[in-house]
Amino acid sequence: MSLQPVKFYQTGTFTVGNRLLAPEERSVQANMQRTSSLNSGHRACQGCGEALGARYAIDAAMNATNRQLIAANATGCLEVFSTPYPETSWQIPWIHSLFGNAAAVATGIAAAIKVKKQKGQGGDVRVVAQGGDGGTTDIGFGCLSGMFERNDDVLYICYDNGGYMNTGVQRSSATPPAARTATTMPLGPEPGNVFDQGKFVPAIAMAHEIPYVATATVADLRDLEYKVTKAMGIRGARYIHILVPCPLGWGTASHDTIRMARLAKETGIFPVFEAEYGEVKSVLAIRRPLPVEEYLRPQKRYAHLFGKSPAVATIARIQALADKNIRKYRLQARQGEH
Amino acid sequence: MDKPFAITLKPGSSLANHTGSWRTTRPEYVDRLPPCNAACPAGENIQGWLFHAESGDYEKAWHALVENNPLPAIMGRVCYHPCEGGCNRQHMDSAVGINSVERFLGDEANKHGWKFAPAAATSGRRVLVIGSGPAGLSAAYHLTRMGHKAVIYEEAPLAGGMMRFGIPKYRLPREVLDTEIQRLLDFGVELHLETKVTDVQEMMKGGFDAVFLGVGAHIAKRAYIPAGDANKVLDAVAVLRGMEDHDAPLLGRRVVVYGGGNTAIDVARTAKRLGAEESIIVYRRTRDKMPAHDFEVEEALQEGISIKWLSTITEAGMGERGDDIMVEKMALDENGFPQPTGEFERMEADSVVLALGQDADLSLLENVPGLVVDKGMIQVDAGMMTGHPGVFAGGDMAGNERTVTVAVGHGKKAARAIDAWLRGEQYAAPPKPELATFDRMNAWYYSDAPKTMRPVLDIIRRQSTFEEVLGGLDETNALFEARRCMSCGNCFECDNCYGVCPDNAVIKLGPGKRFQFNYDYCKGCGICATECPCGAIRIVAEEN
Repeated sequence: MSLQPVKFYQTGTFTVGNRLLAPEERSVQANMQRTSSLNSGHRACQGCGEALGARYAIDAAMNATNRQLIAANATGCLEVFSTPYPETSWQIPWIHSLFGNAAAVATGIAAAIKVKKQKGQGGDVRVVAQGGDGGTTDIGFGCLSGMFERNDDVLYICYDNGGYMNTGVQRSSATPPAARTATTMPLGPEPGNVFDQGKFVPAIAMAHEIPYVATATVADLRDLEYKVTKAMGIRGARYIHILVPCPLGWGTASHDTIRMARLAKETGIFPVFEAEYGEVKSVLAIRRPLPVEEYLRPQKRYAHLFGKSPAVATIARIQALADKNIRKYRLQARQGEH
Repeated sequence: MDKPFAITLKPGSSLANHTGSWRTTRPEYVDRLPPCNAACPAGENIQGWLFHAESGDYEKAWHALVENNPLPAIMGRVCYHPCEGGCNRQHMDSAVGINSVERFLGDEANKHGWKFAPAAATSGRRVLVIGSGPAGLSAAYHLTRMGHKAVIYEEAPLAGGMMRFGIPKYRLPREVLDTEIQRLLDFGVELHLETKVTDVQEMMKGGFDAVFLGVGAHIAKRAYIPAGDANKVLDAVAVLRGMEDHDAPLLGRRVVVYGGGNTAIDVARTAKRLGAEESIIVYRRTRDKMPAHDFEVEEALQEGISIKWLSTITEAGMGERGDDIMVEKMALDENGFPQPTGEFERMEADSVVLALGQDADLSLLENVPGLVVDKGMIQVDAGMMTGHPGVFAGGDMAGNERTVTVAVGHGKKAARAIDAWLRGEQYAAPPKPELATFDRMNAWYYSDAPKTMRPVLDIIRRQSTFEEVLGGLDETNALFEARRCMSCGNCFECDNCYGVCPDNAVIKLGPGKRFQFNYDYCKGCGICATECPCGAIRIVAEEN
């Protein structure tokens, strides 16, 4: 299992830290010397899931590479709120070029490092590319697929909040069905975003048969750190897709960000798993099974489903999607696992 | 110009951007009152000592425990653990076995001979404690800790009060009692056995600055039951006290106990162990109305004690051999009070033991002016002081709820008030923080962990010997049990707030020092409070 190897009865096993554990068994985030790669003073909204997910992931990557890391960033919330010229919140070497080319920039950096090493210059510096779902699943998708296909030595991290949030919440190919955005208004016979084929990039990444693909959420820090650390121990193209709730775009309370990510996982809406060379190797099983309604109801982007007469059929369709995830990835709660 | 091409500004840090100005609400760390502590009549800081037990530091845990209660090994056996009734863990699986961990710590202390932390500097003041029951011992202990000389006068030949002469050995082995009393004597408490105080005022003139009364309630209440000569009608206090004598009381083959409190259960179980073939409790109401604790009733039933509900004894000493009694059936009226039905039944009984409650012997107070006695109980103020200045009282003689735990709490309360009174002040208890209720916690973070059951002595030995019925935990399962504590309302340094802040605005101060908010950058999103497992963060509105 992809969790800390501690006895299950430890008080607060699911917490960030645990004073009863040996220091080396604690999470990176519990460490007073963590990099805090994305520092205070950034301009993300209150309760931003992406700011949290980025610090979790990059701190873990810094820890795993002995702080020898360069990050290439796509355009998007993460870039805009962290680096309004000339300020930056990043505590690591970091570059932003264009919206759609983060994977290509990272490939170039990795190639440059490789050449420098061949010439006997520089040490073993690793490369991360990161972006939101817009820069990953839509605009940067060609470059990303190329990076996978060439098996470039880059970890690409996608922070998925389901839309173009900093420009005013427009739909992306990662926006879930029925969700309201500025471009998928709750109007007409099928309000909100359409139920279409969907575009689940982790599955597409797996289809490239790259060494490592994983999903994670900001609600399971231990699991997220484990996956980033594991990814940094592998050479070649790697992809981690992290669900990061967005209080602004989802219409949730700022204090509920982690709760929403937890609900997404517990309802089966978002499957949390890891895959190697195109095959699923492990999943984070559901701990307390819940109907999707629990996840949908707190979000204003689904408010039209819970009007005077609830949109029972639509909710049932979303439930069917979650049930399919549970079947496909075998997410059922298992006896004896916690 | 040392800047690169097309760059006009030097790179800066976002730390220049004080995002704290966005905040409309702010998080604050709080310590809330855990429900276990709130429920403890002895005022123990249970969450506080479990915290140390969780890390396996049992000695530190024990020291934290005895700050409030000097008798943990006794308490871990005889307390009815209202703490567990309050425990928030029962909303998840089952309450933490606080009582069993307390007993484990007490037994560890006895095994390793741990001593109390040194007392405060001597004040030179002397306090007389009358009675060596739990109230007296607790008062003497706390007074000694505060630097006063506590002198206990005990009428009986052995110390312990009702813990020795009321609670059967199968619930409290006497070596446990002796060890904990001896630790108090080693600590500096002075004990005079077989010393009866007849005049409190005389004693106060004779070199004592204050008096604490903890004489208990030893006089059995009687009910008028017409009885012939042959039938033996005894009282429960005498029977239980007689168990400490050389020869155990002779109760016979068929014993009937009249009453429904814990004492009735104790006597019935004792009779069984003394060899009675039948031990029957006659009680005038129903099981749910019975004052005895349910688990004790259950244990008694397991041991083969039978209980006749809705019955009263109207006559004893009947029949040719004088060993029959008459029992009348009762029925509850609409107010839940038993009323006679006129339906009678004759029963055989070698002895009848009355367990109808006890009164305090207040004869030593007859000459003390200002004392107020109501319904057999001495009236005290919030600081346990009686109507006579300098005379304090606690335990069974001063309260309706007569348990060892309540008595220990009285002793502590009185000691604080005495300490203040000796300095010419009045003790003011610090304000209580708000209760750490379950809805203020985030239970997601606690993993499932069912309660550890204590070993129970097998039934045959329970019916024939006075061996302790309930076993203790060992080190491994005591640790498990301690770690089931959720630390309600009090930070246990899980690092959650430090981890979950999207703005990196929580400062970790290091082990044992907890955390601090960096209000320069905290945007007030409230994730820390929502994700705090134990509810030790509250969100308050910013003032401007």
